[in-house]
Amino acid sequence: MGYPHKQHPRETPILSKYFGDPEARTLAGWKARGGYKALPQALATDPVAIQNVVKESGLRGRGGAGFPCGLKWSFMKIGDGKPHYLCCNADESEPGTFKDREIMRWTPHALIEGCAIASHAIGAETCYIYIRGEFTQPIAVMEAALEEARAAGIIGPNACGSGKTINIWVHRGAGAYICGEETALMNSIEGRRGNPRIKPPFPAVAGVFGMPTTVNNVETLTAVPHILNNGAEWYKAMSLNNPKSTGSKLFSVCGNVARPGNYEVPMGFPFKEFLYDLCGGPLPGRKFKAIIPGGSSVPVITIEEAEQVKMDYEGFMEFGTMLGSGGVIIFDDAQSMPKQLARLARFYAHESCAQCTQCREGTAWMTKILERIVAGQGTFEDLDTIFELTENMTGKTICVLSDSCGAPVTSGITRFRGEFEALITGKRSSTVAVG
Amino acid sequence: MSDQKLVNLTIEGRPVSVPEGTTILEAAKTAGVLIPHYCYHPGLKIAGVCRMCLVEVEKWPKLAPSCATTVADGQVVNVYSQKALDARKGVLELLLINHPLDCPICDQAGECELQDYTFQEGRADSRYREPKRFNPAEDFGGDVLYVTNRCILCTRCVRYMGDVAGDRALCVEERGDRAHIGIAPDHDLSHPWAANVIDLCPVGALVSKDFLNKARAWELDRTASVCPNCSQGCNVTLEMRDTTLVRMKPRSNSEVNHFYLCDEGRLNYEWVNRADRLETPMVAGKPASWENALAAAGAALKGATAHVVASASLSNEALWLLKQTAGTGKFRVAKGAEAPLPGVPDLALRADRAPNATGAELLGFSRADQPLAGAGAVVVIAGDDCAGLDTGALASAKAVIVLGSVVPAGAPAGAILLPIANFAEEEGTFTNLRGRVQRYLQARPAPGLARASWMALAGLAAAAGKGGVYDSAEAVFGAMAKAEAAFSGLSYDSLGLKGQMAAGARVNA
Repeated sequence: MGYPHKQHPRETPILSKYFGDPEARTLAGWKARGGYKALPQALATDPVAIQNVVKESGLRGRGGAGFPCGLKWSFMKIGDGKPHYLCCNADESEPGTFKDREIMRWTPHALIEGCAIASHAIGAETCYIYIRGEFTQPIAVMEAALEEARAAGIIGPNACGSGKTINIWVHRGAGAYICGEETALMNSIEGRRGNPRIKPPFPAVAGVFGMPTTVNNVETLTAVPHILNNGAEWYKAMSLNNPKSTGSKLFSVCGNVARPGNYEVPMGFPFKEFLYDLCGGPLPGRKFKAIIPGGSSVPVITIEEAEQVKMDYEGFMEFGTMLGSGGVIIFDDAQSMPKQLARLARFYAHESCAQCTQCREGTAWMTKILERIVAGQGTFEDLDTIFELTENMTGKTICVLSDSCGAPVTSGITRFRGEFEALITGKRSSTVAVG
Repeated sequence: MSDQKLVNLTIEGRPVSVPEGTTILEAAKTAGVLIPHYCYHPGLKIAGVCRMCLVEVEKWPKLAPSCATTVADGQVVNVYSQKALDARKGVLELLLINHPLDCPICDQAGECELQDYTFQEGRADSRYREPKRFNPAEDFGGDVLYVTNRCILCTRCVRYMGDVAGDRALCVEERGDRAHIGIAPDHDLSHPWAANVIDLCPVGALVSKDFLNKARAWELDRTASVCPNCSQGCNVTLEMRDTTLVRMKPRSNSEVNHFYLCDEGRLNYEWVNRADRLETPMVAGKPASWENALAAAGAALKGATAHVVASASLSNEALWLLKQTAGTGKFRVAKGAEAPLPGVPDLALRADRAPNATGAELLGFSRADQPLAGAGAVVVIAGDDCAGLDTGALASAKAVIVLGSVVPAGAPAGAILLPIANFAEEEGTFTNLRGRVQRYLQARPAPGLARASWMALAGLAAAAGKGGVYDSAEAVFGAMAKAEAAFSGLSYDSLGLKGQMAAGARVNA
């Protein structure tokens, strides 16, 4: 199955196998498709052993940072007498990313199984699934699936008859981008304003309600049952390029492309074939121009660079950008890059939590400069100011929102300087598209 | 102290040894380096949001916020490296892009940390070409006015109100550069300790309505003193414009009031400036010289048993001299509601609305609601204005001797009036309710011929043949410390400006 398109034959459908199949949403349907096989076994296994399998598999965080999942779990000191918490980050606020939404919409039980295993692996009895508030359908689907799982005794005070308690609750976000940042997410769960916290202390020491906490992305957790069922070696073997990037990855493709949607490919898949074969290439009569490959926070690259990329953590890094969340945003030759980047900067200015000076003031200033350039009122000094401002906004704040505003903009100016200069010298107005 | 582990590090090339867990910012203070900061305040929880205190720690990939980074052995901290300076210059530029630069009409000018650090480390020019953000000012209630445009969102006020005052009246509203300090619905800053947010605000965003446009910071003379409005004895600074007291601000003392002062204490100062004062000694309704007035008073006291009405607003020195001259007596204390500051132990606006009731009691004076009751032939009234008292007894008295800054109600026409200074016009000490003896200094001259209370009473003692010769409040205190067990071992030198516990209190503690 596939959604919204039919599954492409070159995809490796592991997480996305049942996208578009409504029966997979029900407990019976999910069990018929091989679900809940890993959980009862996992609950009978020592948590550290599970951590080690996941460590061995090389699974890395799919939310954007790519931190090794098993290592993160091993930071939780089992038996320290404190309540542990698992937070599933289903905020999916990164522009251009919509893979977690599909996982929750079509295969909610896959996520529940992943959450339950992870809870056991880190010694947590409570897991919060923090879902973006706008995801009304995924929330409804998740709630229904959780109700079914509770009724069937899969989770709850005696999960799968193991005697262990695993409670999973859905928490709705209230619309802030920054609540996808793990410490802001924890503040939001606690009912506070969604402001990132200073680290240290790290969540594994003092997280939600001041207790040891692990935050994992939806896609990361959903991959866990597959790893336990098929083994770490199976997961590692999927890697096509760099052994540090293992398994399969969902990419959300949007923008000026023939077939936008979610595609699951093994790590290291050639980006060129991905773009032209799986995604169907550009729209008729157009050409690809630029790509933001990992959600709007990562640097933008040209299509020429993109065509050489191997799609994994290291492959994108080689070209100065990042795999990020896997939200591929495609711009074709009909787009004005200054206008697109100004729109992006506006998003960050709107979403800055207003704690750190550089972010609060810098994102807004950046937006004003870019919008002035787009309006034809820019100067060459403005471009220099943007670079210095970005330097000032990078690596100096509590979280990386501020860095994320600067990265696409400066990378865009570096690679598409001609378009900015044409606007500054008045040779082109931003409304003239193709050129 | 001995079991506390010390950490050794280097800050700006200077070796520093501080207890484990100290932040780099505090450690730098011990090395004589003040790292610029806005959101950090030693009395508040750490926020780490202004990013002004960024410093370079050798071998670390990123700059560290020194307010939120604890010291570690062997750390090498560079406060003034180019990288750190550039980062702070960047923060200052960003803080200023939307700042109105209305320093010429801003009350904070001259004592503004944004001015100071910009002068110290900021850019001379601005690259900002866009329109500035504008928000209207808002009356937060109490004594506090919020000038939104000047706000740098350091959140000191939010944290103070929530964590120290225990009233979550303030919050940050909105996000991004639209953010501003908001006030919760149906709340205002009428909390009895709310006006401290004015002092905590590092810029001119939270200003005092009472002080608004009264004076420029650089015109003020500042004198260390003690708040005379209750028995807590909060340390204060009297800020004078010429000889007018225009503002009373808290002076930090970790043993008493930390960084704070209550609104009632802060705002009850206008009486210091009152003009209708007793300025000349009077005998039998006519102005007299001090010499003649003291002689007349001394003659009246000799051989007589005086009924003494004292005041809990007089200094320890004055009360002791009064005791020497005329014996102990009664005093009354105005009462009010207690108002604690929840975040600081043992700090409250106290029910006794006078600064020295404890001192008076240690010296043998006793409380009475009607201190004039039972007055006989010779009455000495020191420091009490007799307002609201039944002064019938005064009419039949043979001699009434008054030491006061105003003429008491009901004082007979023939009373001997000796004008004395108020607390801002003299030196002295008060003993707070826990027995802490604290000095206050002279901030303005006494009006006319009025004398410091210790000086007037020393003169009276001499005239009555009861006392030695004293040339200063310090000398009086020294003599008192020898004579009174409660004050033994204390001197002005040992008190300093933070005070010391009286001996009696030390035993009790």
